[in-house]
Amino acid sequence: MSERKLVDAKNTFCPGPLMELIGQMKMAEIGDELEILSTDQGSANDIPEWINKVGHEMVESFEKEGVWHIVVKKTK
Amino acid sequence: MRILVVGGGMGGTILANNLARRLSGEIKAGKASITMLSASDKHMYQPGLLYVAVGKMTPDELYRDQVSLLESSITFRVDPVTKFNLKENNVVTESGKQYDYDVIVISTGSRAHAEGTPGLNENAAQFYTESDAVKMFKTLQNFEGGKVVVAVGVPHKCPMAPLEITFMLADYFKERGIWDKVQLHYTYPIGRVHSLEPVAKWAQPEFDRLGITYETLFNMKEVTPDKVLSEEGTEEEYDLLVTVPAHKGMQVIEDSDLGPGGFIPTNRTRLNIEGYENAFVIGDTTNLPISKAGSTAHFEAEALAENIASTIKIGTPVRDYDGKVFCFIEAGEGKATYAMFNYQNPPDPKAPTKGIHWFKTAYNKMYWASARGLL
Repeated sequence: MSERKLVDAKNTFCPGPLMELIGQMKMAEIGDELEILSTDQGSANDIPEWINKVGHEMVESFEKEGVWHIVVKKTK
Repeated sequence: MRILVVGGGMGGTILANNLARRLSGEIKAGKASITMLSASDKHMYQPGLLYVAVGKMTPDELYRDQVSLLESSITFRVDPVTKFNLKENNVVTESGKQYDYDVIVISTGSRAHAEGTPGLNENAAQFYTESDAVKMFKTLQNFEGGKVVVAVGVPHKCPMAPLEITFMLADYFKERGIWDKVQLHYTYPIGRVHSLEPVAKWAQPEFDRLGITYETLFNMKEVTPDKVLSEEGTEEEYDLLVTVPAHKGMQVIEDSDLGPGGFIPTNRTRLNIEGYENAFVIGDTTNLPISKAGSTAHFEAEALAENIASTIKIGTPVRDYDGKVFCFIEAGEGKATYAMFNYQNPPDPKAPTKGIHWFKTAYNKMYWASARGLL
Protein backbone atom coordinates (compact mmCIF):
# COMPACT_ATOMS: atom_id res chain seq x y z
CA MET A 1 0.00 0.00 0.00
CA SER A 2 1.41 3.38 -0.97
CA GLU A 3 2.07 6.07 1.63
CA ARG A 4 3.13 9.72 1.80
CA LYS A 5 6.57 10.28 3.24
CA LEU A 6 7.79 13.62 4.56
CA VAL A 7 11.30 14.72 3.53
CA ASP A 8 12.38 17.69 5.64
CA ALA A 9 15.06 19.57 3.71
CA LYS A 10 14.42 22.97 5.29
CA ASN A 11 17.44 25.17 5.99
CA THR A 12 19.94 22.92 4.28
CA PHE A 13 22.29 23.91 1.48
CA CYS A 14 24.24 20.79 0.61
CA PRO A 15 23.29 18.35 -0.85
CA GLY A 16 20.10 20.41 -1.08
CA PRO A 17 16.40 19.63 -1.49
CA LEU A 18 16.45 18.18 -5.02
CA MET A 19 19.41 15.89 -4.31
CA GLU A 20 17.66 14.81 -1.11
CA LEU A 21 14.49 14.04 -3.06
CA ILE A 22 16.39 12.06 -5.70
CA GLY A 23 17.96 9.89 -3.00
CA GLN A 24 14.64 9.32 -1.23
CA MET A 25 12.84 8.52 -4.51
CA LYS A 26 15.31 5.69 -5.15
CA MET A 27 14.27 4.06 -1.87
CA ALA A 28 10.53 4.63 -2.39
CA GLU A 29 8.09 2.15 -3.92
CA ILE A 30 6.16 2.88 -7.11
CA GLY A 31 2.96 4.64 -6.07
CA ASP A 32 4.49 6.26 -2.97
CA GLU A 33 4.06 9.99 -2.50
CA LEU A 34 6.90 12.10 -1.13
CA GLU A 35 6.32 15.58 0.30
CA ILE A 36 9.54 17.56 0.38
CA LEU A 37 9.83 20.67 2.53
CA SER A 38 12.27 23.32 1.35
CA THR A 39 13.13 26.88 2.30
CA ASP A 40 15.03 27.29 -0.99
CA GLN A 41 12.81 29.20 -3.40
CA GLY A 42 14.69 27.61 -6.32
CA SER A 43 13.16 24.27 -5.34
CA ALA A 44 9.81 25.45 -6.71
CA ASN A 45 11.38 25.39 -10.16
CA ASP A 46 14.14 22.81 -10.18
CA ILE A 47 12.20 19.99 -8.48
CA PRO A 48 9.27 20.15 -10.98
CA GLU A 49 11.80 20.38 -13.83
CA TRP A 50 13.44 17.13 -12.72
CA ILE A 51 10.11 15.41 -12.06
CA ASN A 52 8.94 16.35 -15.53
CA LYS A 53 12.16 15.18 -17.17
CA VAL A 54 12.18 11.79 -15.42
CA GLY A 55 8.45 11.26 -15.77
CA HIS A 56 7.25 11.07 -12.17
CA GLU A 57 3.97 12.81 -11.23
CA MET A 58 3.75 16.25 -9.63
CA VAL A 59 0.85 16.08 -7.18
CA GLU A 60 0.94 19.61 -5.78
CA SER A 61 3.25 22.47 -4.93
CA PHE A 62 2.51 25.33 -2.56
CA GLU A 63 4.26 27.80 -0.28
CA LYS A 64 3.19 28.24 3.33
CA GLU A 65 4.92 30.52 5.83
CA GLY A 66 8.16 30.59 3.88
CA VAL A 67 8.33 26.82 3.34
CA TRP A 68 7.76 25.20 -0.05
CA HIS A 69 5.79 21.94 0.05
CA ILE A 70 6.24 19.87 -3.11
CA VAL A 71 4.42 16.57 -3.36
CA VAL A 72 5.63 14.00 -5.88
CA LYS A 73 4.33 10.55 -6.77
CA LYS A 74 6.79 7.89 -7.89
CA THR A 75 5.48 6.36 -11.12
CA LYS A 76 8.39 4.27 -12.42
CA MET B 1 27.51 5.50 33.28
CA ARG B 2 28.48 3.09 30.50
CA ILE B 3 29.01 4.92 27.20
CA LEU B 4 29.28 2.75 24.10
CA VAL B 5 30.66 4.21 20.85
CA VAL B 6 30.05 2.02 17.80
CA GLY B 7 32.32 2.87 14.90
CA GLY B 8 35.96 4.02 14.87
CA GLY B 9 35.95 6.50 12.01
CA MET B 10 36.43 10.22 12.33
CA GLY B 11 33.18 10.94 14.18
CA GLY B 12 33.44 8.11 16.68
CA THR B 13 37.11 8.78 17.37
CA ILE B 14 36.73 12.53 17.96
CA LEU B 15 33.65 11.96 20.11
CA ALA B 16 35.28 9.28 22.26
CA ASN B 17 38.46 11.33 22.81
CA ASN B 18 36.52 14.50 23.57
CA LEU B 19 34.30 12.66 26.06
CA ALA B 20 37.26 10.92 27.68
CA ARG B 21 38.82 14.30 28.43
CA ARG B 22 35.59 15.89 29.65
CA LEU B 23 34.83 12.89 31.87
CA SER B 24 38.37 12.14 33.06
CA GLY B 25 37.39 12.66 36.70
CA GLU B 26 34.31 10.46 36.45
CA ILE B 27 36.29 7.75 34.65
CA LYS B 28 39.06 7.79 37.27
CA ALA B 29 36.44 7.58 39.99
CA GLY B 30 34.84 4.58 38.32
CA LYS B 31 31.59 6.48 37.71
CA ALA B 32 31.86 6.47 33.91
CA SER B 33 33.39 4.27 31.22
CA ILE B 34 33.82 4.59 27.46
CA THR B 35 34.01 1.55 25.21
CA MET B 36 34.53 1.72 21.45
CA LEU B 37 33.61 -1.15 19.11
CA SER B 38 35.00 -1.04 15.59
CA ALA B 39 35.26 -3.29 12.55
CA SER B 40 39.01 -2.67 12.17
CA ASP B 41 42.14 -2.04 14.22
CA LYS B 42 43.19 0.49 11.57
CA HIS B 43 41.90 4.02 11.04
CA MET B 44 41.82 5.29 7.47
CA TYR B 45 42.03 8.92 6.35
CA GLN B 46 39.33 8.50 3.74
CA PRO B 47 39.79 11.80 1.82
CA GLY B 48 43.27 10.56 0.90
CA LEU B 49 41.75 7.99 -1.45
CA LEU B 50 41.06 10.77 -3.95
CA TYR B 51 44.79 11.43 -4.13
CA VAL B 52 45.63 7.69 -4.37
CA ALA B 53 43.35 7.47 -7.41
CA VAL B 54 45.51 9.99 -9.31
CA GLY B 55 48.88 8.83 -7.99
CA LYS B 56 49.47 11.69 -5.54
CA MET B 57 49.47 9.52 -2.38
CA THR B 58 50.05 5.85 -1.64
CA PRO B 59 47.73 3.82 0.59
CA ASP B 60 50.24 3.34 3.42
CA GLU B 61 50.04 7.10 4.07
CA LEU B 62 46.34 6.79 4.90
CA TYR B 63 46.44 4.50 7.94
CA ARG B 64 47.21 4.64 11.66
CA ASP B 65 46.58 2.08 14.38
CA GLN B 66 43.22 3.03 15.88
CA VAL B 67 44.40 2.46 19.43
CA SER B 68 47.22 4.99 18.89
CA LEU B 69 44.60 7.70 18.25
CA LEU B 70 42.53 7.04 21.38
CA GLU B 71 42.82 8.33 24.92
CA SER B 72 44.21 5.55 27.11
CA SER B 73 41.08 5.54 29.28
CA ILE B 74 38.96 4.32 26.35
CA THR B 75 38.42 0.56 26.08
CA PHE B 76 38.83 -0.39 22.41
CA ARG B 77 37.63 -3.66 20.89
CA VAL B 78 37.72 -4.88 17.30
CA ASP B 79 34.36 -6.60 17.39
CA PRO B 80 31.79 -5.26 14.92
CA VAL B 81 28.18 -5.01 16.02
CA THR B 82 25.81 -7.44 14.34
CA LYS B 83 22.59 -6.34 16.07
CA PHE B 84 21.44 -3.18 17.82
CA ASN B 85 18.80 -3.75 20.51
CA LEU B 86 17.94 -0.17 21.42
CA LYS B 87 14.90 -1.06 23.52
CA GLU B 88 17.01 -3.38 25.66
CA ASN B 89 20.02 -0.98 25.75
CA ASN B 90 22.46 -3.53 24.35
CA VAL B 91 24.25 -4.61 21.20
CA VAL B 92 25.43 -8.04 20.09
CA THR B 93 28.75 -8.39 18.29
CA GLU B 94 30.37 -10.67 15.76
CA SER B 95 32.17 -12.54 18.55
CA GLY B 96 28.81 -13.31 20.17
CA LYS B 97 29.30 -10.95 23.10
CA GLN B 98 26.59 -8.66 24.42
CA TYR B 99 27.52 -5.11 25.40
CA ASP B 100 25.06 -3.30 27.71
CA TYR B 101 25.10 0.49 27.81
CA ASP B 102 23.51 3.53 29.37
CA VAL B 103 24.33 5.80 26.41
CA ILE B 104 25.13 4.70 22.86
CA VAL B 105 26.58 6.69 19.97
CA ILE B 106 26.35 5.10 16.53
CA SER B 107 28.94 6.28 14.00
CA THR B 108 29.24 3.36 11.63
CA GLY B 109 29.52 5.50 8.47
CA SER B 110 28.49 4.83 4.90
CA ARG B 111 29.89 2.91 1.93
CA ALA B 112 29.84 3.24 -1.82
CA HIS B 113 27.22 0.92 -3.26
CA ALA B 114 27.99 0.63 -6.95
CA GLU B 115 26.11 -2.69 -6.98
CA GLY B 116 22.86 -0.68 -6.77
CA THR B 117 23.29 0.55 -10.35
CA PRO B 118 23.29 -2.26 -12.93
CA GLY B 119 26.63 -2.57 -14.70
CA LEU B 120 28.37 0.19 -12.74
CA ASN B 121 30.65 -1.96 -10.61
CA GLU B 122 31.81 -3.96 -13.61
CA ASN B 123 32.52 -1.02 -15.90
CA ALA B 124 33.48 2.07 -13.89
CA ALA B 125 36.63 3.25 -12.15
CA GLN B 126 35.94 4.35 -8.57
CA PHE B 127 37.96 5.41 -5.54
CA TYR B 128 36.03 4.83 -2.29
CA THR B 129 38.11 1.86 -1.10
CA GLU B 130 41.87 1.36 -1.10
CA SER B 131 41.71 -1.40 -3.71
CA ASP B 132 39.37 0.60 -5.97
CA ALA B 133 41.54 3.73 -5.74
CA VAL B 134 44.71 1.78 -6.64
CA LYS B 135 42.87 -0.01 -9.45
CA MET B 136 41.62 3.34 -10.77
CA PHE B 137 45.15 4.75 -10.86
CA LYS B 138 46.41 1.72 -12.79
CA THR B 139 43.50 2.16 -15.22
CA LEU B 140 44.46 5.82 -15.70
CA GLN B 141 48.08 4.84 -16.34
CA ASN B 142 46.98 2.61 -19.22
CA PHE B 143 44.59 5.19 -20.69
CA GLU B 144 45.96 6.81 -23.82
CA GLY B 145 43.05 9.06 -24.78
CA GLY B 146 39.34 9.15 -25.56
CA LYS B 147 36.15 10.23 -23.85
CA VAL B 148 36.16 10.20 -20.06
CA VAL B 149 32.76 10.51 -18.39
CA VAL B 150 32.31 11.33 -14.71
CA ALA B 151 28.97 10.05 -13.37
CA VAL B 152 27.55 10.63 -9.89
CA GLY B 153 25.10 8.64 -7.73
CA VAL B 154 22.90 9.90 -4.88
CA PRO B 155 23.52 10.11 -1.96
CA HIS B 156 27.30 10.18 -1.89
CA LYS B 157 30.05 10.78 0.63
CA CYS B 158 31.95 14.06 0.22
CA PRO B 159 29.85 16.41 -1.91
CA MET B 160 32.97 18.02 -3.34
CA ALA B 161 34.35 14.70 -4.65
CA PRO B 162 32.69 14.87 -8.10
CA LEU B 163 34.17 18.29 -8.82
CA GLU B 164 37.53 17.48 -7.24
CA ILE B 165 38.07 14.25 -9.14
CA THR B 166 37.17 16.05 -12.38
CA PHE B 167 39.69 18.85 -11.84
CA MET B 168 42.30 16.35 -10.65
CA LEU B 169 41.73 14.18 -13.73
CA ALA B 170 42.31 17.24 -15.93
CA ASP B 171 45.59 17.88 -14.09
CA TYR B 172 46.59 14.22 -14.39
CA PHE B 173 46.02 14.11 -18.16
CA LYS B 174 47.88 17.42 -18.61
CA GLU B 175 50.85 16.11 -16.63
CA ARG B 176 50.84 12.98 -18.80
CA GLY B 177 50.83 15.18 -21.90
CA ILE B 178 47.68 13.60 -23.33
CA TRP B 179 45.13 16.34 -22.48
CA ASP B 180 44.69 17.09 -26.19
CA LYS B 181 43.60 13.46 -26.71
CA VAL B 182 41.02 13.50 -23.89
CA GLN B 183 37.43 14.70 -23.86
CA LEU B 184 36.45 15.07 -20.20
CA HIS B 185 32.68 15.09 -19.71
CA TYR B 186 31.12 15.79 -16.31
CA THR B 187 27.57 14.80 -15.39
CA TYR B 188 25.61 15.79 -12.28
CA PRO B 189 22.25 14.73 -10.82
CA ILE B 190 20.62 18.16 -10.38
CA GLY B 191 20.13 21.16 -12.65
CA ARG B 192 23.54 22.81 -12.06
CA VAL B 193 27.09 21.47 -11.81
CA HIS B 194 27.13 21.41 -8.00
CA SER B 195 24.55 21.31 -5.23
CA LEU B 196 25.91 24.52 -3.69
CA GLU B 197 24.85 27.33 -6.00
CA PRO B 198 27.90 29.57 -5.34
CA VAL B 199 30.19 26.60 -6.00
CA ALA B 200 28.30 25.81 -9.21
CA LYS B 201 28.62 29.43 -10.33
CA TRP B 202 32.38 29.23 -9.86
CA ALA B 203 32.87 25.72 -11.29
CA GLN B 204 30.90 26.09 -14.53
CA PRO B 205 33.09 28.83 -16.04
CA GLU B 206 36.14 26.86 -14.85
CA PHE B 207 34.85 23.89 -16.86
CA ASP B 208 34.36 26.19 -19.87
CA ARG B 209 37.87 27.61 -19.50
CA LEU B 210 39.43 24.13 -19.31
CA GLY B 211 37.32 22.67 -22.09
CA ILE B 212 35.49 20.24 -19.80
CA THR B 213 31.99 19.56 -21.12
CA TYR B 214 29.07 18.96 -18.75
CA GLU B 215 25.52 17.74 -18.56
CA THR B 216 23.12 18.33 -15.67
CA LEU B 217 19.99 16.45 -14.57
CA PHE B 218 21.81 13.18 -15.25
CA ASN B 219 21.12 10.32 -12.81
CA MET B 220 22.67 6.97 -13.60
CA LYS B 221 20.16 4.24 -14.35
CA GLU B 222 22.27 1.56 -16.01
CA VAL B 223 25.79 1.12 -17.35
CA THR B 224 26.91 -0.99 -20.30
CA PRO B 225 30.54 -1.59 -21.39
CA ASP B 226 30.45 1.49 -23.63
CA LYS B 227 27.72 3.84 -22.42
CA VAL B 228 25.93 5.09 -19.32
CA LEU B 229 22.17 5.59 -19.45
CA SER B 230 20.30 8.09 -17.29
CA GLU B 231 16.95 8.08 -15.50
CA GLU B 232 16.16 11.17 -17.55
CA GLY B 233 16.31 9.20 -20.81
CA THR B 234 19.69 10.40 -22.10
CA GLU B 235 22.88 8.39 -22.58
CA GLU B 236 26.60 9.06 -22.81
CA GLU B 237 29.13 6.91 -24.61
CA TYR B 238 32.52 6.61 -22.92
CA ASP B 239 35.97 5.15 -23.27
CA LEU B 240 36.60 5.49 -19.53
CA LEU B 241 33.86 5.89 -16.93
CA VAL B 242 34.77 7.36 -13.54
CA THR B 243 32.07 7.25 -10.90
CA VAL B 244 31.11 8.55 -7.50
CA PRO B 245 28.60 5.78 -6.74
CA ALA B 246 25.46 6.14 -4.67
CA HIS B 247 26.13 5.31 -1.03
CA LYS B 248 24.34 3.28 1.62
CA GLY B 249 24.73 3.06 5.35
CA MET B 250 26.09 -0.12 6.91
CA GLN B 251 24.12 -3.35 6.51
CA VAL B 252 23.83 -3.82 10.30
CA ILE B 253 21.74 -0.62 10.48
CA GLU B 254 19.22 -2.05 8.02
CA ASP B 255 19.38 -5.50 9.63
CA SER B 256 18.49 -3.89 12.98
CA ASP B 257 15.57 -1.98 11.37
CA LEU B 258 17.07 1.35 12.40
CA GLY B 259 16.60 3.12 9.08
CA PRO B 260 16.04 2.59 5.35
CA GLY B 261 19.20 2.57 3.30
CA GLY B 262 21.23 2.24 6.50
CA PHE B 263 20.60 5.86 7.49
CA ILE B 264 19.02 6.43 10.92
CA PRO B 265 16.27 9.05 11.50
CA THR B 266 18.08 11.61 13.66
CA ASN B 267 17.12 14.82 15.43
CA ARG B 268 18.91 17.59 13.56
CA THR B 269 20.06 19.57 16.62
CA ARG B 270 20.29 17.07 19.49
CA LEU B 271 21.44 14.17 17.27
CA ASN B 272 19.42 11.59 19.18
CA ILE B 273 17.64 8.78 17.37
CA GLU B 274 14.01 9.79 17.09
CA GLY B 275 12.19 8.17 20.02
CA TYR B 276 15.28 7.53 22.15
CA GLU B 277 16.90 9.86 24.67
CA ASN B 278 20.05 7.76 25.26
CA ALA B 279 20.87 6.76 21.66
CA PHE B 280 22.67 9.16 19.32
CA VAL B 281 23.94 9.17 15.75
CA ILE B 282 26.75 11.16 14.11
CA GLY B 283 28.44 11.31 10.73
CA ASP B 284 27.27 9.58 7.58
CA THR B 285 24.97 7.28 9.58
CA THR B 286 22.37 10.02 10.17
CA ASN B 287 19.55 10.63 7.73
CA LEU B 288 20.03 14.39 8.09
CA PRO B 289 19.83 16.29 4.79
CA ILE B 290 23.35 17.68 5.16
CA SER B 291 26.72 16.82 3.66
CA LYS B 292 28.12 13.37 4.29
CA ALA B 293 31.61 14.61 5.08
CA GLY B 294 34.33 14.19 7.68
CA SER B 295 33.85 17.75 8.89
CA THR B 296 30.15 17.11 9.51
CA ALA B 297 31.06 14.13 11.69
CA HIS B 298 33.74 16.24 13.41
CA PHE B 299 31.44 19.12 14.36
CA GLU B 300 28.59 16.79 15.34
CA ALA B 301 31.00 14.82 17.54
CA GLU B 302 32.17 17.94 19.36
CA ALA B 303 28.62 19.14 20.04
CA LEU B 304 27.41 15.72 21.13
CA ALA B 305 30.39 15.04 23.40
CA GLU B 306 29.76 18.34 25.15
CA ASN B 307 26.09 17.46 25.60
CA ILE B 308 26.66 13.91 26.85
CA ALA B 309 29.24 15.18 29.34
CA SER B 310 27.01 18.01 30.54
CA THR B 311 24.06 15.68 30.90
CA ILE B 312 26.17 13.48 33.18
CA LYS B 313 27.50 16.48 35.13
CA ILE B 314 24.47 18.80 35.40
CA GLY B 315 21.59 16.73 34.02
CA THR B 316 21.00 18.61 30.77
CA PRO B 317 22.54 19.20 27.32
CA VAL B 318 24.04 22.64 26.83
CA ARG B 319 23.99 23.31 23.10
CA ASP B 320 22.51 22.40 19.73
CA TYR B 321 24.42 21.13 16.72
CA ASP B 322 24.02 24.04 14.29
CA GLY B 323 24.54 22.11 11.04
CA LYS B 324 28.12 23.29 10.61
CA VAL B 325 30.04 21.83 7.65
CA PHE B 326 33.45 22.80 6.28
CA CYS B 327 34.66 21.37 2.97
CA PHE B 328 37.91 21.96 1.14
CA ILE B 329 37.55 22.05 -2.64
CA GLU B 330 40.57 21.02 -4.70
CA ALA B 331 40.28 23.15 -7.85
CA GLY B 332 43.19 21.78 -9.90
CA GLU B 333 46.25 23.68 -11.17
CA GLY B 334 47.63 23.69 -7.62
CA LYS B 335 44.77 25.75 -6.20
CA ALA B 336 41.93 25.09 -3.76
CA THR B 337 39.13 26.87 -1.94
CA TYR B 338 36.61 25.92 0.74
CA ALA B 339 32.92 26.12 1.62
CA MET B 340 31.67 26.62 5.17
CA PHE B 341 28.00 26.77 6.10
CA ASN B 342 25.40 25.70 8.67
CA TYR B 343 21.62 25.39 8.90
CA GLN B 344 21.16 29.17 8.81
CA ASN B 345 24.07 30.57 6.83
CA PRO B 346 24.79 29.63 3.20
CA PRO B 347 28.36 29.16 1.96
CA ASP B 348 30.27 31.95 0.29
CA PRO B 349 33.33 30.31 -1.28
CA LYS B 350 36.17 32.57 -2.41
CA ALA B 351 38.33 32.26 -5.51
CA PRO B 352 40.74 29.29 -5.27
CA THR B 353 44.29 30.07 -4.17
CA LYS B 354 47.57 28.19 -3.96
CA GLY B 355 47.64 28.94 -0.22
CA ILE B 356 44.44 27.00 0.46
CA HIS B 357 45.72 24.11 -1.64
CA TRP B 358 48.85 23.96 0.50
CA PHE B 359 46.76 24.16 3.66
CA LYS B 360 44.67 21.24 2.41
CA THR B 361 47.87 19.33 1.62
CA ALA B 362 49.09 20.05 5.15
CA TYR B 363 45.71 18.98 6.57
CA ASN B 364 46.18 15.60 4.89
CA LYS B 365 48.96 15.14 7.47
CA MET B 366 47.37 17.12 10.32
CA TYR B 367 44.24 14.96 10.20
CA TRP B 368 45.69 12.67 12.84
CA ALA B 369 45.88 15.53 15.31
CA SER B 370 42.26 16.30 14.45
CA ALA B 371 41.19 12.70 15.13
CA ARG B 372 42.98 12.81 18.48
CA GLY B 373 40.95 15.93 19.26
CA LEU B 374 43.95 18.24 19.30
CA LEU B 375 43.01 20.35 16.26
